[in-house]
Amino acid sequence: MRWLAFAPLLIAAVIGGFFLWGLDPDRDPNAIPSVLISQPAPAFDLEAVAGLDMPGLERADLVGNEGPVIVNVFASWCVPCRAEHAVLTSLVEQEGQTLFGINYKDKPEDAVRWLNELGNSYARIGSDLSGRAGIEWGISGVPETFIVAPDGTVLYRYVGPVVGDDAVQTFRAALRDAEDWQPEAGT
Amino acid sequence: MRRFIATLFVGLSLASATFAVEPDEILPDPVMEERAREISKQLRCVVCQNQDIDSSNAGVARDLRLLVRERLVAGDSNAEVIAYVRARYGDYVLMSPPLNGATFALWAAPFVLVLLSVGAFVIVVRRRPSQQPAGLDEVEQAELDALLAPTKQDGNTS
Repeated sequence: MRWLAFAPLLIAAVIGGFFLWGLDPDRDPNAIPSVLISQPAPAFDLEAVAGLDMPGLERADLVGNEGPVIVNVFASWCVPCRAEHAVLTSLVEQEGQTLFGINYKDKPEDAVRWLNELGNSYARIGSDLSGRAGIEWGISGVPETFIVAPDGTVLYRYVGPVVGDDAVQTFRAALRDAEDWQPEAGT
Repeated sequence: MRRFIATLFVGLSLASATFAVEPDEILPDPVMEERAREISKQLRCVVCQNQDIDSSNAGVARDLRLLVRERLVAGDSNAEVIAYVRARYGDYVLMSPPLNGATFALWAAPFVLVLLSVGAFVIVVRRRPSQQPAGLDEVEQAELDALLAPTKQDGNTS
């Protein structure tokens, strides 16, 4: 019965541990685990953005590329996308990455104006007027950025703009990992 | 006054009928619409995570409501619609988490806590010293008798 005296201490330790976990500044309580990671990219087929001299995007375009590709969900109405656009552009122009875009719930004329103003480093852009492709990708908002392996496996998902040193570093590291990624034997 | 109260009542009952669901989303078939509402209440909005999509005004929630209705019109059962959304957004999209390895602690915690508190209660009750008075020894009894015995000076108290 002597051990019972330690019960309050034990309970305090358990609750304290939970608080410690809850107060961890590195923990993002809004983070939703993605079901897509390590899964084949979802099926989708998007028309080109009207008025833009660039092909649309479908699932087949993600497969058979030389290296991993970046799929960026963006919109002209999305303010953080403006900041992110410069980062993605530098990844394309300086590191030779392949960038595909899903233009999410955007008016084509707005998207064209936006790309004319900021530059267009996308290789293909699909126009997701209804947001249905967004649902297929399980996005909760824009921007979101995925990395897809040459065999069509989704390797990585970044929620929110890839802006700022930490975010860019995290994303670059994910790109390095993706370049080294090998499909599991037998699958 | 009566009229005012009646108006107020009608007004309030109308007000309570306003939801995030917009008129253009509602299906013409009331039975199917009712099913859609039921499903929507079980799906979590991925932007505002403690709201179901039925009451959320977020854009994604509206898209999901439309998707739910579209699947129903296509002939899906309620479970199939939920499975469809779950395949894309994961368990997180369900308002009540399914019982599996990761959520076992969550589901078991209430029962474990009840068992623990019942156990603690039993232990505390058993350990409590018996409330039966031990009785008086001879010296105390004699002292008590002496105090209770009516004295001659105290005669007026009887």
